[in-house]
Amino acid sequence: MKKGLNIVGTRVPMLDAGLKVKGAAQFTDDLVLPGMLFGKILRSPLPHARILNIDTSRAEKLPGVRGVATGRDIPDRQYGIVPMAKDEYALAKDKVRYIGDDVAAVCAIDPEIAEEALELIDVDYEELAAVFDPREAIKEGAPVIHEGVKNNTSFAINKEFGDVARAFAESDAVFEDRFYSQAVNHAPLEPHAALAQFDPLNGDLTLWSSTQIPFFLRRNLSNTLQIPESKVRVIKPKVGGGFGQKIDMFAKDFCAAWFAIHLGKPVKFVYEREEVFISTRQRHPMYITVKTGVKKDGTILGQQFQAHADGGAYNSTAPTMIALSCFFLMIPYHIPNLIYEGCHIYTNKPVGGAMRGHGIPQARFAVERQLDMIAGRMGVDPVEIRIKNSIHAGQPHSAGFVINTCGFSESVTRAAESIGWQEKRGKLPLGRGVGLAGASFPSGVSNMSHISSGAVVQLGRDGAVNVLSGAADIGQGAETVISQIVAEELGVSLEDIRITAADTGITPLDPGTFGSGVTVRAGNAARLAAMSARNKLFEFIAEKLEANLADLVAENRNIFVKGSPEKGMTFSAALKAYQYADLPMPIVGRGSWMAPASEPTTLFKEDGNFAPSYSFMTQAAEVEVDLQTGRVKLLKMVTAHDCGTPINPMLVEGQLEGSVVGGMGQALYENVIVEKGQVMNPSFLDYGFPTFMEMPEIEAIEVETDDPIGPFGAKEAGEGTQLSPAPAIVNAVYDAIGVDFMELPITPEKILDALEAKK
Amino acid sequence: MKRAIELSINGDTYDVLVSPNNTLLEVLRDKLGLMGTKRGCDLGACGACTVLINGEAYLSCVMLAIDAGGKDILTIEGLAEGGELHPLQSSFVEKGGLQCGFCTPGMILTARAILNEEENPTEDVIKRKMAGNLCRCTGYKKVVEAVMSANESDENAGRPEGQEA
Repeated sequence: MKKGLNIVGTRVPMLDAGLKVKGAAQFTDDLVLPGMLFGKILRSPLPHARILNIDTSRAEKLPGVRGVATGRDIPDRQYGIVPMAKDEYALAKDKVRYIGDDVAAVCAIDPEIAEEALELIDVDYEELAAVFDPREAIKEGAPVIHEGVKNNTSFAINKEFGDVARAFAESDAVFEDRFYSQAVNHAPLEPHAALAQFDPLNGDLTLWSSTQIPFFLRRNLSNTLQIPESKVRVIKPKVGGGFGQKIDMFAKDFCAAWFAIHLGKPVKFVYEREEVFISTRQRHPMYITVKTGVKKDGTILGQQFQAHADGGAYNSTAPTMIALSCFFLMIPYHIPNLIYEGCHIYTNKPVGGAMRGHGIPQARFAVERQLDMIAGRMGVDPVEIRIKNSIHAGQPHSAGFVINTCGFSESVTRAAESIGWQEKRGKLPLGRGVGLAGASFPSGVSNMSHISSGAVVQLGRDGAVNVLSGAADIGQGAETVISQIVAEELGVSLEDIRITAADTGITPLDPGTFGSGVTVRAGNAARLAAMSARNKLFEFIAEKLEANLADLVAENRNIFVKGSPEKGMTFSAALKAYQYADLPMPIVGRGSWMAPASEPTTLFKEDGNFAPSYSFMTQAAEVEVDLQTGRVKLLKMVTAHDCGTPINPMLVEGQLEGSVVGGMGQALYENVIVEKGQVMNPSFLDYGFPTFMEMPEIEAIEVETDDPIGPFGAKEAGEGTQLSPAPAIVNAVYDAIGVDFMELPITPEKILDALEAKK
Repeated sequence: MKRAIELSINGDTYDVLVSPNNTLLEVLRDKLGLMGTKRGCDLGACGACTVLINGEAYLSCVMLAIDAGGKDILTIEGLAEGGELHPLQSSFVEKGGLQCGFCTPGMILTARAILNEEENPTEDVIKRKMAGNLCRCTGYKKVVEAVMSANESDENAGRPEGQEA
């Protein structure tokens, strides 16, 4: 904890933890409105088909059914989270593109009747040829999934930084390897839900939604419903986890709103778990080829990277995902020359979207695996090769990232030390091994000029503080962190803060929870608002105390002259004095913040500094492989982590621990299995993400840096730690059994096959 | 054919009219408004709907409401007495044993059942017995710490009121 801070840097529990442990925290499905109706969605049973006709008459006649909607009924407006990539309708207009695509929606007096009505909707399909492998979908003559999209390639980046041909010519060795990273479902415990209410008199729509992006959702609803943004209020209740899966509008949002407007009753949609698996989002499967040129000592001179991302049936975040996987190849290692060729390819499968790390985990798996393989081939230690190629603060980045602080090489050293690298690597008995991998992640996004946050801080008569923030807390503790920042800045106690957040009708603009930008962006906005309110009070108090404004300090609910605690007053006495001096109350401070960018650019078109700051981490794993069953047990994961200066170390640890276990799932267990477009394991029972039983020993090492842009020196802490667990584990498995796995997940079956092949 | 049953929940008696296929979860949430019990999968696979029946943990999404008639049901709403949190709840708060909070009621009730059964469960026992409660946020570490710490801080945490010896 930094000197002179009282609340920032402390391990305070989440402000809403009390409600959560009592079961009193309200999630969207916990909300009940009088006269509420219930909706269900009819989904496509075919991977690719033209809709010839939909007959809803039998469904409409079922007693209790209040409405049925199809693509015919809704406005001809496509939506998408990235404005340049809109390609989806809430209900299919003419075609279905994957098994699970939204075809029609029913609204009824209870969920069972709605469900029954779905079976009474008759759809005539003309089945079309489908394609499930992006490497097939990209070929000439493949089925066309979206009209006008050539080779099913909806986005592609072909970029060269430096001169790769020369770098390869100057290299002592050039290696080319291929990798595959699988589809992973986010699997938040709360299924997606929405509840809508419409006021016909003034045309106001209110939507409660389990969303990470209330303001973008408002924009998408306005656009697709054809009503002004000002008439749409999106409220985010408690959200039961997101991990990126709730960064989009879904049919449930649109349909709840649509029926509420047309039926004049509140309408709720809640997805079944199977729908969450099939019809929301997943981490993009990616086929990757990496070619790397190195000097004898392991110095990387150049790299060529090709990625075919399997996007499934729609774009969602396609351009962003591709851009991230490209630009973050040049960090945490200094890669002076890079060719990136990446594309997002449509297939007739579930849709890829943002998932914790967003395009980067797949790329890191390939690069960190190959780095270990290169180290082995060149006879260099994997720790040494990482330190040698580490990027450093102030070092130029090939695409223009500005790195103010960087604890990467220190993180490699400390993670290696802690896992016992010297004593263990290559020295453990067969079946035991250690491995490591590195990563870096942005603290939000600065290169898209409209990404900014606002906050309002209002000081009450009794010394209590009201904060309005647009930030979307989805369980990570954003509201707590923002409150800590405000309390610190005002010198009040955390109990004095009341925060209202993520309600587009009340709180200021905020882009939402993605890109790991909330603490830096919304935190800075809240800090500015708090400073503005405090300064108004300080101006008055300085005069009253006959002190210099710059000498005043606010701490522990007191305001006093620096160095003379006796010359001052309590915070509430100061407010009272302000009021009785007949100055206008309330004191209100406002703040708006966006990351400094020299010029507004987007990575899609121009390079530049993507984020206000970058986190760095090295993760080191120790594993045990059961040679009889092929099961891999992750014994321990060490994370040495530069996330700047944590605002709340307990919450940072929580992020890290969740990331490690999620990354372990990606490495060893999780895979959305799709056969001919059908998801074969859409349940918790069949999917099998890690439980208590698989939990490894988790150690966190803080590599603290003091970032100049983040609030109180903070950087991101939510996503970066899910980038390198998978390659660290697979690298450790190599150390344990001497097998280089190139595809995820490494299941017991694959381990046994590899052990058999080795014999 | 609907049937009238009597459910004893958190010490109160409720007369409810249920269909034979209504699950206990449906009755708790949809008929009685006890929203602390969560619906995460409706398949008995995630533990978010855990309630205690006669002190033991049950998955309310795969239990028929009529089978719960005449038994003592404890939901998360009934765990704390008065304005104070139950020691397990305090421990989850203090140790950061939760993030989004959706799995938390089920986690706490399963932990309560474990502490009902065993005086000083080891970490391994806790992990094994809680393996049916899924969490995607915490990585489980702080949940285990919270349960261990609740057990240490309050010997009575595990002893349900009025449990017969």
